[in-house]
Amino acid sequence: MTLKNMKNVLRTTSAAALLAAVGAHAVSHADTVTIATVNNGDMIRMQKLTDDFTSRNPGITLEWVTLEENILRQRVTQDIATRGGQFDVLTIGTYEVPIWGRNGWLVSLNDLPAEWDVDDLLPAIRSGLTVDGNLYAAPFYGESSMVMYRTDLMEKAGLRMPEAPTWEFIREAAAAMTDRDNETYGICLRGKAGWGENMAFITATSNAFGARWFDENWTPQFDSDAWSTTLNFYLDLMGDAGPPGASTNGFNENLSLFQQGKCGMWIDATVAASFVTNPNDSTVADEVGFALAPDTGLGKRSNWLWAWALAIPAGTQKEAAAKQFIEWATSKEYIELVASKEGWANVPPGARSSLYENPNYKDIPFARMTLESILSADPLNPTVDPVPYVGIQFVAIPEFAGIATEVGQEFSAALAGQQTAAEALDKAQALTADAMEAAGY
Amino acid sequence: MARAVTPRRKALNTLIAWAIGLMIFFPILWTILTSFKSEAQAINDPPLFLFFDWTIENYGVVQDRSDYMRYLWNSVIIAGGSTLLGVVVAVPAAWSMAFVPSKRTKDILLWMLSTKMLPAVGVLYPIYLLFIELGLLDTRTGLVIVLMLINLPIIVWMLYTYFKEIPVDILEAARMDGATLRGEILHVLMPMAVPGIASTILLSLILAWNEAFWTLNLTAAKAGPLTAFIASYSSPEGLFFAKLSAASTMAIAPILILGWFSQKQLVRGLTFGAVK
Repeated sequence: MTLKNMKNVLRTTSAAALLAAVGAHAVSHADTVTIATVNNGDMIRMQKLTDDFTSRNPGITLEWVTLEENILRQRVTQDIATRGGQFDVLTIGTYEVPIWGRNGWLVSLNDLPAEWDVDDLLPAIRSGLTVDGNLYAAPFYGESSMVMYRTDLMEKAGLRMPEAPTWEFIREAAAAMTDRDNETYGICLRGKAGWGENMAFITATSNAFGARWFDENWTPQFDSDAWSTTLNFYLDLMGDAGPPGASTNGFNENLSLFQQGKCGMWIDATVAASFVTNPNDSTVADEVGFALAPDTGLGKRSNWLWAWALAIPAGTQKEAAAKQFIEWATSKEYIELVASKEGWANVPPGARSSLYENPNYKDIPFARMTLESILSADPLNPTVDPVPYVGIQFVAIPEFAGIATEVGQEFSAALAGQQTAAEALDKAQALTADAMEAAGY
Repeated sequence: MARAVTPRRKALNTLIAWAIGLMIFFPILWTILTSFKSEAQAINDPPLFLFFDWTIENYGVVQDRSDYMRYLWNSVIIAGGSTLLGVVVAVPAAWSMAFVPSKRTKDILLWMLSTKMLPAVGVLYPIYLLFIELGLLDTRTGLVIVLMLINLPIIVWMLYTYFKEIPVDILEAARMDGATLRGEILHVLMPMAVPGIASTILLSLILAWNEAFWTLNLTAAKAGPLTAFIASYSSPEGLFFAKLSAASTMAIAPILILGWFSQKQLVRGLTFGAVK
């Protein structure tokens, strides 16, 4: 073969390879749905079960981008705001949905087929994902918060946990259960700074004490007596009965403490119930009881409401395929699929009423309390006094994440003993007022 | 004349060096150890050091859940590509600054370095928008270009420092013997600067391998390197420390092995010119 011939062969082969590559790319491009999701047990389980979806929908392939939730939030916001088009399905929460839905960033899911049964969604969760009558995200799982406590320690302290305790009872019980010499602490609560960490807990707690972030005119309320009572109660409680170094404890750190038998009570996400009762991970799996989040008799409890939901960004080229996927992942059939493969304790909770009517699920020890906690949460009326915002443990405005993270740092510093409650509240009031003024409220 | 070192002093120095070395290596060692524990053992208090039930289950879970080889291959291409491209651009730049300096050479060098002082997030949106326009989002080509540009100031600075150590007379002699500019750089300068170039390449490789801001922000499902692989195992709601450690160990293993085998070259390059 001459050099010229070789060159021709090479040229032809390269062109064919290029065409084939472009062709293959075009085909896969049309059918590939990219899903941005978070790393938690339910989502990982869904990834493992996608064969069921792809076998039913052979024309669609799924690609997953799993990220830590704060990175995911930033990554997805950036992509959606710039119309980058990197994702076809987003995993977002009840904080983002009202804001993004209003911005026109999400595709309405009102046209999902009747058999998907939108009326089966738990009302509180559904209302948190609906804006102006449009459902903008389908709930994958929902959660509230509740009291998880050690039945053996409660008994040893000579107390009995009511189904719906008050904060005063929690304080008494925490003091009675604390045994610092044996590293047993009456109560473990979030202290790590962050809008989704300590501020989720403290904001939900403040609702029970009659506090609110803003009045009807969007004026910050950290200078109110109710906030002073809330923060002082939290700091005193943690000082008397909390573990050392609590200002750096978030969900994971408290989960670890509870699983090792170092917490008498832990008030946190209902989703933790399956972790603390799992004998493979928890040393106290058989000695855990559940109760509603506490109140102070003012008509609001300290529980929050959250849902991880699947949404479609406006402008995606694969809306139909993305809807097919969401319909599958949030259906009743999917719940049954998980139950058949992994057992009823591992199905995604808190999204559908039918799950709680299922006799198989009623036997799960934390099922009833999870449902009651979710049902008692009302994101449209979260506080004792009226507020202009939606959200229980957050305020559904874009500025909230930034402001609450800064306020969370002040509260965390107060918990670490670096400043008093009054100083933390003064700073919170000032920085919130500044940020809201800058945002044009 | 070398200073006399007593055996006692030598032993003390060795001990201190080992202690510092272990201190620096300890977090990596702890990550590796944790990767062989169960999730419950990973959070045990007091922490378990060596006496626990060793398991390789986490590696199985990670391998099962993620396509490790795809991430690894992306890392190799992105780190390798950006390094090679960086060296190709930086060698002529460093040559001109070292051997034909102008009045502004020092200013240019400082200006180049000053770009490293800008927080990356400050230019995230312009670059993101550019990438959308150019169709470079979630592509290895895009990341090769971005990481090359990010590491370029350091590569130029390092090469410039090494080139400055080479006597200009040798290059002049080559020129008098009729060497072209290309020949002078390729056949005279580069062979003499091999240790410096090698350590520059190694440093650039390590920096690009570990880069986690741009690689997370500009990728989605296709071009994500090992940093994206690790990030997918981090979770604020659920204890996955053992799996996260297994993923981290798998991610750092290639660069750790490369560093181990090339440590002589790396140390020689980094101290090149320091001792005369």
